[in-house]
Amino acid sequence: MLSQAVQFLFSGLTLGAIYALVALGFTLIFNASHVINFAQGEFVMIGGMTTVFLVGFGLPMPMAIALAVAAATGIGMALEKLAVEPARQASITTLIIITIGASIFLRGLAQLVWDKKLHALPPFTGDAPIGILGATILPQSLWAMGVGVLLLLALRWFFARTLLGQAMLATANNRMAAQLVGINVRRILLLSFALSAALGAAAGILIAPITLTAYDVGTNIGLKGFAAVMLGGLGSSAGAVLGGLLLGIAEAFGAGYVSSAYKDAFAFVIIMLVLLWMPRGLLGGAAAERV
Amino acid sequence: MPKTTFRLALAALGIGAALAWSPAGAQQPITIGAFLSVTGPAAFLGDPEQKTLEMYVDEINKKGGVLGRPLKLVSYDDAGDAEKARTFAKRLIEQDKVDLILGGTTTGTTMAVVPLVESAGVPFVSMAGAVVIIEPVKKWVFKTPHTDRMACERIFSDMRERKITKIGMISGAGGFDKSMRQECLNVAKQYSIEIVADESYGAQDNDMTAQLAKIRNVAGVQAVVNPGFGQGPAIVTKNFRQLGMTMPLYQSHGVASKQFIELAGAAAEGVRLPAAALLVAEVLPDSDKQKPVVLGYKKAYEARFKSEVSTFGGHAYDALFIAVDAIKRAGGADKAKVRDAIEATKGYIGTGGVVNMSAKDHMGLDASAFRMLEVKNGSWSIVK
Amino acid sequence: MRRDTAVLLLLAVGIAVLPFALPNRYFYDVAILAGINAIVCVGLNLLIGYTGQISLGHAGFFGLGAYASAILTGYGCPAPAAMAAGAVIVGALAALVGRPILRLKGHYLAMATLGMGIIISIVITTEDRVTGGPDGMAVAPFGLLGWSVQGEEAWYWVIGASLVATVALALNLIASPVGRALRAIHGSETAAEVMGVDVARYKRMVFVLSAVLAALAGSLAAHYSGFVSPAKAGFMHSIELVTMVVFGGMASTLGAVVGAVLLTVLPQLLTVLKDYELLMFGALLMGTMILMPRGLLPTLETLWRRARI
Repeated sequence: MLSQAVQFLFSGLTLGAIYALVALGFTLIFNASHVINFAQGEFVMIGGMTTVFLVGFGLPMPMAIALAVAAATGIGMALEKLAVEPARQASITTLIIITIGASIFLRGLAQLVWDKKLHALPPFTGDAPIGILGATILPQSLWAMGVGVLLLLALRWFFARTLLGQAMLATANNRMAAQLVGINVRRILLLSFALSAALGAAAGILIAPITLTAYDVGTNIGLKGFAAVMLGGLGSSAGAVLGGLLLGIAEAFGAGYVSSAYKDAFAFVIIMLVLLWMPRGLLGGAAAERV
Repeated sequence: MPKTTFRLALAALGIGAALAWSPAGAQQPITIGAFLSVTGPAAFLGDPEQKTLEMYVDEINKKGGVLGRPLKLVSYDDAGDAEKARTFAKRLIEQDKVDLILGGTTTGTTMAVVPLVESAGVPFVSMAGAVVIIEPVKKWVFKTPHTDRMACERIFSDMRERKITKIGMISGAGGFDKSMRQECLNVAKQYSIEIVADESYGAQDNDMTAQLAKIRNVAGVQAVVNPGFGQGPAIVTKNFRQLGMTMPLYQSHGVASKQFIELAGAAAEGVRLPAAALLVAEVLPDSDKQKPVVLGYKKAYEARFKSEVSTFGGHAYDALFIAVDAIKRAGGADKAKVRDAIEATKGYIGTGGVVNMSAKDHMGLDASAFRMLEVKNGSWSIVK
Repeated sequence: MRRDTAVLLLLAVGIAVLPFALPNRYFYDVAILAGINAIVCVGLNLLIGYTGQISLGHAGFFGLGAYASAILTGYGCPAPAAMAAGAVIVGALAALVGRPILRLKGHYLAMATLGMGIIISIVITTEDRVTGGPDGMAVAPFGLLGWSVQGEEAWYWVIGASLVATVALALNLIASPVGRALRAIHGSETAAEVMGVDVARYKRMVFVLSAVLAALAGSLAAHYSGFVSPAKAGFMHSIELVTMVVFGGMASTLGAVVGAVLLTVLPQLLTVLKDYELLMFGALLMGTMILMPRGLLPTLETLWRRARI
């Protein structure tokens, strides 16, 4: 029975690492702009699909990955410049709809540029399962987890220790005040979209060997990433990772011990219960409403 | 104000439709309507279907059409949404005034349209799998693919030969998956097969090791069946090998394309599934009646679209040619006569098998149409 | 109040004369679907536009209403009773769920409503013995004592009348003291609370009202199509509904109707673009929201007023 529980845990950690990577992208943009970018899942898709096609054209994997991340970064910046920046006066709800429009647009574009088929990316270091305590895990899952931890550490360092990171947080807190102390708010916002798109693309590449990829994978992966962010608490990178891992583990144990048909419902019930108990997520800070 | 906009929009729509409608040549075209899931979760079924219809309508027109009249294809993408399919079917019937309707990529979209074609009296050939489409028989509704019940029966008879009696099942949450799961549950007893584990996964799930580990731990499971299509079966296959499970794994005809082998990679080795002859066109014996048909379609499709042929496009091929054949025999596009002619289809050799329809059977395929295939060395082989 | 009467009259006249421009049953079909969406959106707009509370789960209520009608009439329950039962079930559920989750704010509320909607759609998809599963189920025509609504034209008038009634209800509510309280909540919940508004109660009331409207519309939709599938209860449908409200213009009842109508008709126009459909739809949605961040109707109204000065 132990080996089965460990297997559920591994399954949960694999899923969790995927969700956490996507959730980190949401956090970055939110931290700079208080915008929830519903096109975040599309960055994940663009990362995976671009790499698949570049590898298909015979490019070596590292080069394909670099180009895919660069392409997503460019698209992220274009999204900020062309769609979010011109609407900066709009309400949060309007901004959500704009990013939903962007996600539909990017999906339409992907379907034209590439195709509507599913694609697989070869795993980075083979697919021989690693056995631990009678359970198995794929090397690619370890990649996703490892890179997830590294990105988390990097982001924490960025926001806590660098001037740019501090400027980003200041911009989110009070745009006017940030501008007054000499922060170039526009550039900060552009940067946040660029970084977040790069992060999303990296996530998409890391998980493509596990989840497969297609022009429309962004919707679902974005949804799960969003749920992970809310569970962990908006604005906290550690919260995003924690939320992602818990969501993945909840799904896996839900499938294992409750009912595989209701595992997603099980996970959402847990999120809702957590939110009722902690209305700002697990690690989201308290904030007073401005009157 | 809003209603004006609406009316303007509708007027624009009307004008657009009127402009698009211009008879080619002196002869009135025969209008074939299609609604397919070209995007959405069933896109990889709908996309080859759409391509196949376009390619062959072009080709037929180049050769002078049917009965001297050109074919005109009007097709809409329902994105797998039953509600959209219903509206598009209404559009085909009322606005485009089509002579017959092909399509319904999924069982859900097909069943949403059935009441419409029945009351309007338009011949309708579906490309979806489930047995409910033709059982009970509906006057105007036909279908080309094998039913999911046949797939279960084919799998179970193969299991019986391998002396397998206890199996686990893992299926997706989609319509295809659930329908086939139910059919398998229904017919299992006839093959003395007991389903001792029954798990499911979501349509977009990324990891099924938890469900598979659960199945593995059920005592006595000798094989696993995975009804489903899309990324689910590929991930199930990979996870199956990851867990070191060595018992036989059966997939459904829903993954019957080379793409499945590409996606699942080495994990696909040894997987068995029931599928139409199209997948093994080259290795069919020359004596096989289907060989020229499937080889011809495969070559034409692959040359034109530079991608591997799938049985799903084959369903569209069969639907189109059964319809064309019926129009020829009916001597025109009269709806009632074409319906009767489709029902009278005998000995039509298509990609799915040999079709013999009757008033009681609006599909006309028998179990021999399904071949049991096994993945060997990254390719399909026929299980003898 | 005079403006409200004008709006209502305009809508009623519009619905009354529209059939002259509808050449066949397909056009009626699109008009009916637009009307059904408009009913949901008018209710949702009370919640999103006037009270400032987002819901990404209203398709769940729509779906519950639709399935209540489908399932209960399947067991021989008269259609109006099934519809009422659906509305009561959804109202009770919304009241029950609304109490805790409406304490959440902003994106967290979005998450909670989203989760609720997804749970509803998972239950509908999974319990296939009752609901027919992912392929959906057939629904009996809407009828009572041998009399039934049949055909697109009859349904057009049923939906048209329901829409006018819904809009009248919404306009009345907004003009009442309740409406003022709601707007105070939208401005600032804390400030509204300080002024003595029972914020929690008002929010819950609007939440329940909008949920019941969605359920009623769901029932009508199910009977009209004669068919219901879980997609109608799904996450994407919820997003569509919110998009319609925001597109037409938040805090504008007529805007919600315009948004629903345009976004129902638009895909029918764009479908001829084939592979370019998604691209075009996304671009149009983005473009409109960037150029008219307050939504279509409020922006046009402002332009119109400026032009007159």
